[in-house]
Amino acid sequence: MSEKIRELLQNTPEVVNVGLELFARAMRDQGGHVHPVEWKPPLVEPNQQALPLFNDPTIAAANQEAVTRMMRAQPVVIGVAQARDVIPGMSDRTFLHAGPPIDWQHASGPLRGALIGAMLFEGFASTPEEAVRKLESGFVELAPNHEHSAVGPMAGVISPSMPVYIAVNAAGENRAYTNFNEGIGKVMRMGAYAPEVIDRLRWISHVLAPLIGQALQRSGGIDLRNIIAQALQMGDECHNRNKAATSLFYREIAPHLVECDAPASDIAAVLRFIHSNDHFFVNLAMVAAKVMADAAHGIPGSSLVTTLSRNGTEFGIRISGLGNRWFTGPANVPRGLYFPGFGPDDANPDIGDSAITETAGFGGFALAGAPAIVQFIGGTPADAVRATLEMYEITVAEHEVFRIPALDFRGTPVGIDLRAVIRSGILPVIDTGIAHREPGIGQVGAGIVRPPVRCFTEAYRTFEQQYLVQRGAVPTSQTRRTV
Amino acid sequence: MVVRVHVEPNAYFDSVALMAVAATVNRQPGVELAALLMGTSANLELLRDSGMWEARLEEVSPNDLVIAVRATDEATATAAIEQALQRLRAATPVRQPMDTVTVPRTLRSALRAAPQARIVAISVPGPYAPIEAEEALRSGRHVFLFSDNVPLSEEVRLKRLAQELGLLLMGPDCGTAFISGLGLGFMNAVRRGPIGIVAAAGTGLQQVASLVDWFGSGVSHGIGTGGRDLDEHVGGVTMLAGIDALAADPATEVLVLVSKPPAPQVAQRVLQHAAHCGKPVVVCFIGQPPESVENVRLAGNLTEAARLAVHLATGRPLDELELPGRNELAARLAAQRAALGPGQRFLRGLYSGGTLCDEAMQILAPRIGDIRSNVPLRADLRLTDPHRSQDHTFVDLGSDEFTVGRPHPMIDQTIRIERLFREAADPTVAGIVLDVVLGYGAAADPAADLAPAIQEARRSAEREGRSLPVIVALVGTRSDPQDYERQRRALEAAGAIVVPSNAWAAELAAQLVA
Repeated sequence: MSEKIRELLQNTPEVVNVGLELFARAMRDQGGHVHPVEWKPPLVEPNQQALPLFNDPTIAAANQEAVTRMMRAQPVVIGVAQARDVIPGMSDRTFLHAGPPIDWQHASGPLRGALIGAMLFEGFASTPEEAVRKLESGFVELAPNHEHSAVGPMAGVISPSMPVYIAVNAAGENRAYTNFNEGIGKVMRMGAYAPEVIDRLRWISHVLAPLIGQALQRSGGIDLRNIIAQALQMGDECHNRNKAATSLFYREIAPHLVECDAPASDIAAVLRFIHSNDHFFVNLAMVAAKVMADAAHGIPGSSLVTTLSRNGTEFGIRISGLGNRWFTGPANVPRGLYFPGFGPDDANPDIGDSAITETAGFGGFALAGAPAIVQFIGGTPADAVRATLEMYEITVAEHEVFRIPALDFRGTPVGIDLRAVIRSGILPVIDTGIAHREPGIGQVGAGIVRPPVRCFTEAYRTFEQQYLVQRGAVPTSQTRRTV
Repeated sequence: MVVRVHVEPNAYFDSVALMAVAATVNRQPGVELAALLMGTSANLELLRDSGMWEARLEEVSPNDLVIAVRATDEATATAAIEQALQRLRAATPVRQPMDTVTVPRTLRSALRAAPQARIVAISVPGPYAPIEAEEALRSGRHVFLFSDNVPLSEEVRLKRLAQELGLLLMGPDCGTAFISGLGLGFMNAVRRGPIGIVAAAGTGLQQVASLVDWFGSGVSHGIGTGGRDLDEHVGGVTMLAGIDALAADPATEVLVLVSKPPAPQVAQRVLQHAAHCGKPVVVCFIGQPPESVENVRLAGNLTEAARLAVHLATGRPLDELELPGRNELAARLAAQRAALGPGQRFLRGLYSGGTLCDEAMQILAPRIGDIRSNVPLRADLRLTDPHRSQDHTFVDLGSDEFTVGRPHPMIDQTIRIERLFREAADPTVAGIVLDVVLGYGAAADPAADLAPAIQEARRSAEREGRSLPVIVALVGTRSDPQDYERQRRALEAAGAIVVPSNAWAAELAAQLVA
C-alpha cells in the first residue's frame, strides 16, 4: 500500500471542497477543516475525449517553457530608426495598426482618424477628404503591428516614415518596435488629425526622435525590464500609470541627451516634453512587453496567451502553440472615468496594442501595486489587490522580476493560460485609455475592460481540435458552447 | 447658463481622484458640466474646447487646481465648486484594515492556499468533474468524487492514474466516505472502532456503519468506491486499493465489503484479494450469495454484514445482535394485518436510497413474488410508468426520472409525500415501506415533514374504511445531528413502525402480504 494512503488513514484529513456547499457544511458540522472553492462551470463544455488536455503534463511543460522565456526576456531599448528601415515586411505603402487585422470599412472612428492623420503626415494626401478617398480605394495596405514585431498604443498607427524605438531581447534573438508617445488630449493615437497634431508628429520626427536615438546610442541601451520592475514598486502598473517609469527613464536618458550634439534649446524642448507627459514611458513599457511576449510565442503545444490586442472594433488574441492565427470577438466598451464634458456615450469600443502589458504580467495584472489609479475600477486599494489576486487564478507563474510590495513582494501573475480562462470563466483585467468614438477628437477617459468571451472559446476550440488530432483521436462531436 | 471658475494655487491632486469627484459633482441637479483639473497645458486646452475659459487661466501652472462649472445659475455653480472642494478635502473615512480575503475560484489556488489538505471533494456536474479530479490527483491529493454522469472511459483513466500515483479515487458517483473520523458526502455520526468498510454503495455504507454503531462497536474507516468500480471495465481498482489500505491499517481488525453483485470475474478477483488480506472479511454482494471463499464470511444483506462484522470484531454472539423487541413489533404487525381488507394485497416501497430499495426487493421477492420497480430486479419487471405503481411496487425516488429539477428525497420530502398520498388512496395497498436516512448532509428534520404526511395518509385510508400499515427503516445513529430518538418518536406517533435496519423493515413488511 502506498505511503500516501497510509498517511491518509492516520490523521483526520483537511478537505478542499469543489462544488456543493451542502458537503462543506456537513464536514464543518463534524468539526472538519474545509477549504471551499467558488466553482463555476467552464465557458465551454469540453469534448469528452479532450478532457485530459486540462491537466496534460506536456502542455504544462510547454507553458512553463513559454512563461520562463517571457519572464527571462530582457528588453533593452537601443536606438531609434524610421519604421520602413527596420520593421520587417514594411513597405512604403504599409500602414500598421493596433489589434487584429481590419479594413477601412470596418475601422472605428479613432482608427480612421489616425489613418487619416498618417496619410497627411506621409504626404499621401493634402486634405482629410483626399485621405479618406485614398484609404477607401486601398491606397495603402493595412496590417496589424503584432504581425510585424511592433506595437502601438490606442489606434497604434505606424506609417513608413514615422520614427520607432528599437528594442532587443538581450537574453534572446527577437526584437520589437514601437512609435513615440505624443502626450495626452488631441493626439493621433486617439484618432485626432488636426494640423497641430500633424505638426507635433513632425517635431517628434525631426527633433525628439533623432535626439533620443543619439542619446540611446550613447547610453549603450537602456534596460526596460529594470525600469518597469522599479516602477511597479513606485505606484505604477505601467499601463494606465507611468509616472514613476517616465521619471526613471528621464533620469537614465537626461545625461546622454545633454551630451548630444544639438542646440540646447532642442535638448531642453525634448526634456520638457518628457517631463510634461506622464505617459511618455507607456510605449516603452509596451515594446518591452512585446519583446517578452514574442519570446514566449511559438512553443509547440503551449496554451499560453501571447497577444491581447484590440483595433477598436474587435478584440483579438493569439496563443503560443497556435501559430499566428487570431481569435477575435467584438471589442467591449471600457468602464471608467471620463474627462470633463464626456461620458460613456462618447466612448469607442476598446482599442490599442497596450494590453500587451497585461499579456506580459503587468498593467491590470499589477493593479495591486498602483493604488493611485484604483478609482478607475470604482473603488479602494482593496479592490485593486483583489483584481490582481483574481489574475493568479488564470496565470501560469508568478513573475521572477516584477514584484508587488502590497502583496509582500509576491511576483505579479504572469502568463495567461487559455485553459485556465476557459475553466474558470475569469477573463483578463485590462487597464485602458478610452478614445472618443468619432475621429479627430481624442482621449475622453480611462478605465478598465475585459476581453469578449468569444476570443477564448474560439481559441479553445482550435486548441482542442489540434490536441485531438495530435493524439490520434477523432473528435466525436462538435464542442458545445454554453456561454 | 453661467460658468464659474475657481483656482486653488499649489494644490496637487491625482487626476484620478479629480475625475472621481467630478463624476459626483456632475450628477448634481442644475450642473451641466463640472471639470476638476490640474492646470497643465493639455488640460487647459480641454477647458477651452468645452467653452469654460477665463482669461486668468492663462496664468495657472500645472501645480494649480482648476475647478470649472457650467450650471443653470450662479448659486448652483458656486455650490458645486464648494462641494467639489469639500469632497477633495474631506478626510478619508476610517476603514477596517484592507479586507482582501477572497474565496479561491479555482482548485489550483485552493490547493496552493491549503497545501496540507489531503482530500479534494468534488461535486460539480459530471462532464466537468474529471478535470477537477485529475488536477487533484496530479497534485498528490486523494479524491472523493460525488459527481455522477462521469463518462466510464474517464473513470477508467482516472482510476489508473490514481493507482499509478498511489492515491485513492473514491467515486465517481460516491455518496459516502468516512476517513479517520471525518464523514464525506452523506455520512452518519458513527463511533470509531475496529471495523473498516469498503463500499460501492453510499447508503449501503451508511446502513452498515449505523448498525455497527447501533450494536455498540465502531468504524475505523469507510472507503467509498463509486457504483461502477466493480464493473468489468473498471475492474475494482478502488475496492482492491481499499482492501489493501484497511488490511495495512492498524486500527482496522475486520473488513466489510459492500457492493451490488459485480461482474463475475471482478467478483472473483475481489474475493481472492480479500481472502489473502490477512484479516477477517465480511462480504455483502447485496442479494447474490457469492461462492464460498476461505477466510471470507458471506452476508446476504447489509444488516447481516454488520452483525457478522461486529460478531467477528467483538466476539459477541450473533443472537445478541438482534432487533430489540422484535416479537412485540411482529405482534403489532400481525394485528395490523388482521385489520386489512381482502382487497389489500400489495406492498409499496418509497425509497430515497437506491441500494436500500434494491436490498428490500432482494429480501422480499422470494417471499412475496414479483416486485415492479424503476430499478427492477429483472428487466421485465420495469414499471411502464415510474409514477404509477402496479401490484407490488418499490421505487427509488432518488433516480433521475424523479429528481430532474427537484430536490433529492434525502434532502427534501416533497417528492415522497406526493407519492405517499397517491399510494394511500389505492385500495389494493396493504402496506408502505419507507427509508429515512439521517446523518450529516441529510435533511435537518425529515420527520417534521414526513410524520404529519404519514398520519394524514393513514387517516385518509381509515376514512375509506381501511387501515394502512407504514414501516420506516430509520437509518442513523444516536449521535446524528437530527436526534435519532426524536425522529423515531415523531414517526411512531404518526402511526409508523420504526426499525433501524432496512432488512428488518423488509422482513416485517413481508408478514403483511406473505
